[in-house]
Amino acid sequence: MLNGDAGPGVQRAMEIVATLGRIYGAPDLVPVTHVQIAGVSYKNLGDAGVEFLNEWADEGARVRVPTTLNPAGMEMDRWQAMGISPSFAEPQLSAVGAFVKMGVTPTMSCTPYLFPDYVPQRGDHLAWAESSAVAFANSVLGARTNREGGPSALAAAIVGRTPRYGYHLDGERLADVVIEVRCPLREVADFGALSYVVGKQVGSACLWFENLADYLPPLPDDVTEGGDAGDRLKTLGAGLAAYGAVTLYHVAGYTPEANDLGETLIKPGARRLVVDSLDPAYTIMDADPDLHQIDLVTVGCPHASLNEIRQIADMLAGQHLATQLWVTTARITRDRAREAGWVQTIEAAGGQVVADTCAVVAPVRSIGITSMATNAGKMACYAPAHSKVKMRYGSLEQCMDAALTGEWQAE
Amino acid sequence: MESTTRMQGRVIKSGKAAGRALVSPEPIGFLGGVDPDTGVVVEPNHPLNGQSVAGRVLVFPTGKGSTVGSYTILRLARNGVAPAAMLNAQSEAIVAVGAIIADIPMVDQLAIQFISDGDWVVVDGDAVEVYDQSTVA
Repeated sequence: MLNGDAGPGVQRAMEIVATLGRIYGAPDLVPVTHVQIAGVSYKNLGDAGVEFLNEWADEGARVRVPTTLNPAGMEMDRWQAMGISPSFAEPQLSAVGAFVKMGVTPTMSCTPYLFPDYVPQRGDHLAWAESSAVAFANSVLGARTNREGGPSALAAAIVGRTPRYGYHLDGERLADVVIEVRCPLREVADFGALSYVVGKQVGSACLWFENLADYLPPLPDDVTEGGDAGDRLKTLGAGLAAYGAVTLYHVAGYTPEANDLGETLIKPGARRLVVDSLDPAYTIMDADPDLHQIDLVTVGCPHASLNEIRQIADMLAGQHLATQLWVTTARITRDRAREAGWVQTIEAAGGQVVADTCAVVAPVRSIGITSMATNAGKMACYAPAHSKVKMRYGSLEQCMDAALTGEWQAE
Repeated sequence: MESTTRMQGRVIKSGKAAGRALVSPEPIGFLGGVDPDTGVVVEPNHPLNGQSVAGRVLVFPTGKGSTVGSYTILRLARNGVAPAAMLNAQSEAIVAVGAIIADIPMVDQLAIQFISDGDWVVVDGDAVEVYDQSTVA
């Protein structure tokens, strides 16, 4: 493949995979069962990225393993209704078209682990971009992936393999930092706040949460439903990867490797970190305390689970919203929620269940949004910088209250 | 004093290039750190803030930041404002992948402390020749 017999597209993919293997001293390549690609929104790709993906597709490159896509910058078949301009939509459609030509399934979601057809099994080797999904797959499911970039994930999909280094190896999955939480964690937003406090202090370390299981109900039998536990861990991993660069955390007595291997997963001499309070996180994440008028309430970062959509539908049933609400989720999850009637309930209240995108990768400023509220830690990390919006951060109840009244109320 | 230094590193992206060195003592994050349209370093408080990487042999310890930075390097190249080559002490995935997809010659495992701003640098495969700026001024 490296000498170009299979064409320039495959040759470039092999060059990327082989070079990364050399840089990180990988002994060989390991076959992957699934690839998740990031770098899908036109906002991040620019014209150069869109051209490049089309060239790669035209050169005949095709994926050899099941491969799914991160969110795009808009809902693919409803962008006009979202107020997206053709000058954004056309290159966005072109980029997704190039991925589809290469054989990628256009899921356009950051939560491939919530899809019945793709949820990884323990021990599976993956090449996933999207740092929040990487954290979930490694930590909660016990699968194995490094934190890939968009082009390196695509290259792995075309080659069907990834270099065997980092989190693919047992010895690299040991905890550097032991964390004890001494303050109550009541809801998803608290797990986002915890991700800020810890993420800011640990960089890319591997973590061992000593007592986090005290704040977690059991995972549902069907993990693709999310459940209260899945929703908390989804938020935690997303924030740890955004505020820090965490790729794997273990929860004592809870996550699969911790259950099997126990404290042998803690490196000798591991550092200890005690979390006494979430107040420092709320002060920073709830960044604009004088902001009361909210343009857009947005829930679903990472993309909302079935469990979250159900909770929102329950809170909004029979009521009418005073502000815009986007529940951002995967098309696959939205279809399941519609079968249960929850999407219809949210729409009847005036909210939108938006698929394929989110308020970080959509061009929200260009559609007139300047203030947002969310319960998602990763959204609070990225939206103010990427989208130049003001932000309130709090519980799902506060967010829905703001959506119903148009104003953010202190708790 | 010897005016020419010859070094041998590890090829990340093979190629030939020459240009004046632009040396950063700090890692570079391309997404949000370098303007993809102009090539100017825009990260606040970065030692290269306000300088353009266009056409320079960009010398820095390693990459940092978002993996989307690989695409920022591609955008620099397609906008005609990419570095002529990139030299690292130790390469990592973001910049390495950027160099490959943007076809920018890149070498790492180099003693970059022996390269100064403004030196004329010639890169050919794994070979790097550094001409002291005083001899080529």
